[in-house]
Amino acid sequence: MSPTSTPTGSTDAAALRAAMGLGGTDNAALRTFLDGLPAVDPVGVEARATQLATRSIKKDTKRALIDLAISMVDLTTLEGADTPGKVRNLCRKAVQPDREVAGTPSTAAVCVYPDMVAVAAEAVAGTGVKVASVATAFPAGRSSLEVKLADTRLAVEAGADEVDMVIDRGAFLAGDYATVFEQVVAVKEACGDARLKVILETGELATYDHVRRASWLALLAGGDFIKTSTGKIAPAATLPVTHVMLQAVRDLFDLTGVQRAVKPAGGIRTTKDAIAYLVAVHEVAGPQWLDPHWFRFGASGVVNDLLLQRRTQTQGHYSGPRYVSVD
Amino acid sequence: MARLAVAKTYKLYLGGAFPRSESGRTYQVHDTKGSLMANAALASRKDARNAVVAARSGLAKWAGATPYNRGQVLYRVAEMLESRRADVVELIVRSRGVKAAEARAEVDAAVDRIVHYAGWTDKLSAVFGGANAVSGPYFSYSAPEPTGVVAVAASSASPLLPLVGAVLPVLAGGNTAVVVASQADPTVAVTFAEVLATSDVPAGVVNLLTGDQAEIMPWLASHGDVNGLDLTGVPADQRVALERAAADTVKRVYSPRARSGGGEPDVTAAPGTARLRAFLETKTVWHPVGAVSLAGGSAY
Amino acid sequence: MDLTYAPALESAALAGIKPRYQLFLDGAFVDGGGDDLTSVNPATGETLTTVSTASAADVDRAVAAARRAYDGPWSRMGGAERGKYLFRIARAIAERSRELAVAETLDNGKPIRETRDFDVPTAAQHFFHHAGWADKLGHLGLGPAPRPLGVAGQVIPWNFPLLMAAWKIAPALAAGNTVVLKPAETTPVTALILAEILADADLPPGVVNILPGAGDVGSAIVNHDGVDKVAFTGSTPVGKRIQSELAGTGKKLTLELGGKGANIVFADAAIDQAVEGIVSGIFFNQGQVCCAGSRLLVQESVAEEVVEKLKRRIETLRVGEPLDKNTDVGALNSQMQYDKVTGLVEVGAQEGAGVWTSSCTLPQKGWFVAPTVFTDATASMRVAREEIFGPVLTTLTFRTPEEALAKANNTPYGLSAGVWTEKGSRAMGMAAGLKAGVVWDNTFNKFDPTASFGGYGESGFGREGGTAGMAAYLDTDDEGAF
Repeated sequence: MSPTSTPTGSTDAAALRAAMGLGGTDNAALRTFLDGLPAVDPVGVEARATQLATRSIKKDTKRALIDLAISMVDLTTLEGADTPGKVRNLCRKAVQPDREVAGTPSTAAVCVYPDMVAVAAEAVAGTGVKVASVATAFPAGRSSLEVKLADTRLAVEAGADEVDMVIDRGAFLAGDYATVFEQVVAVKEACGDARLKVILETGELATYDHVRRASWLALLAGGDFIKTSTGKIAPAATLPVTHVMLQAVRDLFDLTGVQRAVKPAGGIRTTKDAIAYLVAVHEVAGPQWLDPHWFRFGASGVVNDLLLQRRTQTQGHYSGPRYVSVD
Repeated sequence: MARLAVAKTYKLYLGGAFPRSESGRTYQVHDTKGSLMANAALASRKDARNAVVAARSGLAKWAGATPYNRGQVLYRVAEMLESRRADVVELIVRSRGVKAAEARAEVDAAVDRIVHYAGWTDKLSAVFGGANAVSGPYFSYSAPEPTGVVAVAASSASPLLPLVGAVLPVLAGGNTAVVVASQADPTVAVTFAEVLATSDVPAGVVNLLTGDQAEIMPWLASHGDVNGLDLTGVPADQRVALERAAADTVKRVYSPRARSGGGEPDVTAAPGTARLRAFLETKTVWHPVGAVSLAGGSAY
Repeated sequence: MDLTYAPALESAALAGIKPRYQLFLDGAFVDGGGDDLTSVNPATGETLTTVSTASAADVDRAVAAARRAYDGPWSRMGGAERGKYLFRIARAIAERSRELAVAETLDNGKPIRETRDFDVPTAAQHFFHHAGWADKLGHLGLGPAPRPLGVAGQVIPWNFPLLMAAWKIAPALAAGNTVVLKPAETTPVTALILAEILADADLPPGVVNILPGAGDVGSAIVNHDGVDKVAFTGSTPVGKRIQSELAGTGKKLTLELGGKGANIVFADAAIDQAVEGIVSGIFFNQGQVCCAGSRLLVQESVAEEVVEKLKRRIETLRVGEPLDKNTDVGALNSQMQYDKVTGLVEVGAQEGAGVWTSSCTLPQKGWFVAPTVFTDATASMRVAREEIFGPVLTTLTFRTPEEALAKANNTPYGLSAGVWTEKGSRAMGMAAGLKAGVVWDNTFNKFDPTASFGGYGESGFGREGGTAGMAAYLDTDDEGAF
């Protein structure tokens, strides 16, 4: 999939904040802005998500969306037991997910811990597959800013193209928006040219209103992506939560012309799941988000189901899990 | 020389006041011995119009009162009627020629009816509404609300009980009323209006017209600001035209069938709920019930 | 990525539409004495099937059959047994749900998504719910032993053909009445499939009779001397005529008539969900819904934002082939309805109401109307007062809650209203002040057999659903008491 629109996102977060009328970055100003956002009715957003998920995607559209979904995956391994060998296998899978079926696209990125970035960067060098690294004391985020920044620099210096940080949910829930904001700003600065994904950990934010506020907080602090989850907390990504985040990037775009990206992560396991997300991207945010630059899936298992379905679509019969690789 | 009694002028009851008919018309009411009892006001079309205006202006306060408050006010009506018992008995005896015991029985029954309806006001929601067990994440309830302005043609079956028995359920539901009294019994009806006027019933809640039902009811049946009609007092052959007129604005019409509606009122029978339900609307309200945490939401 | 959804068509063959349908009279499928009518697929304008219609003599026969059934098995049967028939019907509707959904879409023009997810399951639910009342009539708050009224004459509209049949038949039978029902002239098919279900359920002959036909058949039913109860759902003018015709007959009457529902959006609303509610309020079933939220009342401070978001959302509505599972807005039901809606849109444009129309492409044939919004209407315009009954929204603004309430109630109708606010006390206050039979706070167009539905004022009287709906089919014999 080639991008259908070029990035229009200004990297000047200060200009963006001015455009949005944010009066400052202290708690009072942030509360005025974030707590003044329109509320989210949970039943309404869940009903809309459920209804949209009944879209029946068939034939050419299904084939196209399977390929698009594969190309949007941040193929992820975030285990204490990760080894260089495991990461290299993952990278080969990312570059060429299905060796036996021609034309299968690569995934968007591999996503690893900072200490595995160098291994991954070497493995995917020259393939177009990006290396993303979690950082900032992932997944809890419970450390000092210094440690978080050091973690970020470690990843970037090892060759990470993208950094997936976690916000300080404790500070957010305590109403200390300024601390969260300052940390995102600082990590963004430490990222240099790397794109920053801000993980809200929506399962710990607990309400859609919080998800909306945290989304805007991350966007105004300069996050390139807003991302649902670490994958370590249940619930991880859900369709209605993703709706709320898509609404945030859409509204930001409508108001300022600045486009930002969204990444649901965790809990997306089947092709049906992935297609339901892409329909939501299409109808809630808009077609310009149907691009790996602007939308990602944080997942691992879903790739094999996408490959199975892709084979079914191209070969005309159902395939089985023994025919796709376990990496 | 015997003292000359001071005779009462029987007037209309509109918006809490007792005016004469704007037309200046009256009609003579005689007792069974042929003596003049009163010159009653012969209400006109314009009096009916004024009565509707008064009833509409009284509606917000009465419908908006708490059911407990409405119940207390109606109970006060019973207290006041009890205190006027002797007057009303005398009027019934004079106008109908019945024995005092019979008249007393009717007044007693009327007082008891009022008490009965005073106790209904805060039960209507429980009996005719409630929470709806809808199959979805919504809190839904249905509750009765007043229809609005109801025009009542009181039955002439007897002077007091049919009047009370028709007006009280209208009031208990929170409606306001324009009542056209039985032509034969204006003295009892106006005395009842005096009871209402001294019972904390807000102005405009009941508006009483005396005169010719056949002249006035068509104006009320076709009136765009009247929401309901109680045709109990109208002879069956005159109801068709009124019901047709009511259809032009989809009024609620209470037109009890002749088999039970036309005869003598049964003072021993406890009233049912038909009269209450006739002028109650059911309102259903839905409100979403959101999960308190995303974990309760639809995971996908 | 420019994404177009490949067609996801439900197969029309699933409906098993027959070349011709007959009356269901006294337990048998018979030819009627009226001229056959042609039912047309609104999405194509092509003939779907031919349907035999009733004559006056057929109405006589049906009422007589209903009377025999009432005097005979039905009123003598215990409530529990009666209820078991209704449970059986509910199950059979669910079993034939896919067929019914496709048939409804073919006959009515509404999207398969709606017939599949709403019309048919809700019809089954109505039978299931009312089945349980049949042996519990003493618990309705109508005294210990309320009695059925007798023969019910029922006339239903074309906007929810199967569901309206269920709304009418289920409570009537649960209460112990028998039924003569006329489906709408343009949408008789699913009522006649329901007749097959009733026959398969071994419902005693004459308990339900279904007589297709035009207005003359409906008139013959409601005015028949053998009918004790009349229930009509349809337009306010016809409802007024029926009420007038029944004057003096003593027949019980329930009317579900038109509306011009206000959907009120306050500045503090959950705006994204409000936009969804506005969309479902007016584009559900192409806006051919008596309780549609056809008047959008939006607080002035957010009017521009709401209307912009609304337009954007409307642009994502997929208009077209009703059998496509991804279609959101299908075809209007008939040429007549198409002419009425497009005519009123023209009127609104001439009145200067600021017409905006979705850029969707419409199919070449069929009665499709693009979703339309009047963005700048005033309260006196015809499009702000008359029921359009199509995918056409009229937008007005307000400044204060009092003004919103006054404008919402400024109509002879009083069927539905919506309120969008995050402030609980205001939601409750508005719900109390709105003169409407159903008020949706932060939602719209929700229906359930447990929740009574019906209008204030010229939207009709009597209720369907809930205990009030059952009361409309029962006699308490206390009318004359004082």
